[in-house]
Amino acid sequence: MSVSGLGGEFALIGMAESAVGIVPDKSPRELCVQVTLDAIKDAGLTLAEVDGLITCNAFAEPIMYHAEAVAEYIGWQPRHCVTVNTGGGTTFMALNMAAAAIQAGMADTIVVAMADSLRSFMSREQAMVVQSSSGHPHYEQPYGPTVPAYYALIARAHMDQFGTTEAQFAEAAVSCRAWASQHPKAQKRDPISVEDVMNSRAIADPLKVLDCSLVSDGGAAVVITQKDRAKDGPHKPVTLLGYGEGHAYEHISQAKDLTTSAAAQSGRAAYAEAGLTPDDIDLLQLYDCFTPALLIQIEDLGFCGKGEGGAWLASGISRPGGGKPMNTHGGMLSYCHPGNPGAMFGLTEAMTQMRGNAGERQLPNMRTALCHAQGGIMSSHATIILGAED
Amino acid sequence: MAKPIPRPTPTEQPFYDACSEGKLVLQHCQHCGHVLFYPRTHCDACQSDQLAWEDASGAGTIASYTVVRRGVSTDFEAPYVIALIDLAEGPRMMSQIIDADPDALAVGLSVKVDFAAWSEDITLPVFRLHPALDGGGAGP
Ligand SMILES: [Zn+2]
Repeated sequence: MSVSGLGGEFALIGMAESAVGIVPDKSPRELCVQVTLDAIKDAGLTLAEVDGLITCNAFAEPIMYHAEAVAEYIGWQPRHCVTVNTGGGTTFMALNMAAAAIQAGMADTIVVAMADSLRSFMSREQAMVVQSSSGHPHYEQPYGPTVPAYYALIARAHMDQFGTTEAQFAEAAVSCRAWASQHPKAQKRDPISVEDVMNSRAIADPLKVLDCSLVSDGGAAVVITQKDRAKDGPHKPVTLLGYGEGHAYEHISQAKDLTTSAAAQSGRAAYAEAGLTPDDIDLLQLYDCFTPALLIQIEDLGFCGKGEGGAWLASGISRPGGGKPMNTHGGMLSYCHPGNPGAMFGLTEAMTQMRGNAGERQLPNMRTALCHAQGGIMSSHATIILGAED
Repeated sequence: MAKPIPRPTPTEQPFYDACSEGKLVLQHCQHCGHVLFYPRTHCDACQSDQLAWEDASGAGTIASYTVVRRGVSTDFEAPYVIALIDLAEGPRMMSQIIDADPDALAVGLSVKVDFAAWSEDITLPVFRLHPALDGGGAGP
């Protein structure tokens, strides 16, 4: 499952989520430990049968050698143990590195685990400052931009270039909340309307508070192995059909293009490896840190033409009952967003749907899902395409 | 928390020295002619290290902007305007647009550089709307 042609050879055989939302009783490290052990158990394996661990660091409890610290905590000496850091894109880049490590013989079965506690283990101001520290320390941060402000710059450029409206951005939040209202674990479950979003508190024009993702605690983990080793587990394996990355810049003020992202590259590579097109995708699990990010991914991943994302969202196609269900757990806008682990919940939801365990929100005939993650300010992108086993 | 203050590297120091004198300067690549921002040791078009500082006009246009309603910390009093400015010489920079009516802002409008002290040692470029450059004399 990398761009070098490993597609179809790897499978996800285990998964776990911690409690999400407001989880004050466990530290980020403890949440990471919990989901690591739970995912191994879900795969029907013992710790001795897993020989790799990949994690990402936590803002609320940074550890110098994070993966080693998690392994040490549970008394484990995995053969391969490494911490990855590409922001919100870490989730799927780590998954690709796991596949590559297995291919290279560095491990046979790897847990990818992440957790953070932006809500309960940091103050509001700390969380804001630490997140905005992604800005350039000399040429962005001194002016006082917030993370919503960075995305507001992107939103304004899209409005100016394509006539996208604030109400169309709001549709993204409405769609995610409609799905979240069907998920018992979602942090925000009360349905909202476009008017509710439009009338919510202004944060950085044109973005309102309901255009912004949540600030949450939580963790999730998955277990990946070679497909021929994946048959004997308690759950139907989920196959990794395709993967792609795109890296455009780090700082938004250095972006060559504010309205087309490197999701176009990551998506193209993933579709090519999977041998699929956007029409073949049953479920979209996209990175909805802010509503304009979601809208631009929909365009760049080919679900509509460039500039048509607003109309696509307003059509209701992504909502319950629509033809292209998106973020059926509620996304980071309504399910939870604990920082770097955010996209892991898009992945665990896709696996839950493929296992047929999604309850009220279960989709019929789930064959394929596309999961997307991004780091920075629409900076680096990773796309995975998953397929259900027969 | 205090306002983030740049701590220039020797490479960057000429940029900040010029700001303190009320001048905007940019690096020009002596190999390919590319004009750089932010300051670098190597050209980000051709990777040459033959770069020379030259005065910039201080004119630009708004590539995008946002009115921040909730400041990043108590050191920034909202509302304030964060913008991406396309400088006349080519590069884009993030800055603030000061003393502007938020309703008067739009992508594509002309702006002109000004300078504001951020600390005892550091002065930063900021921008003001410049309607004369858009063919209108009646500014805000
Ligand atoms: Zn050059």
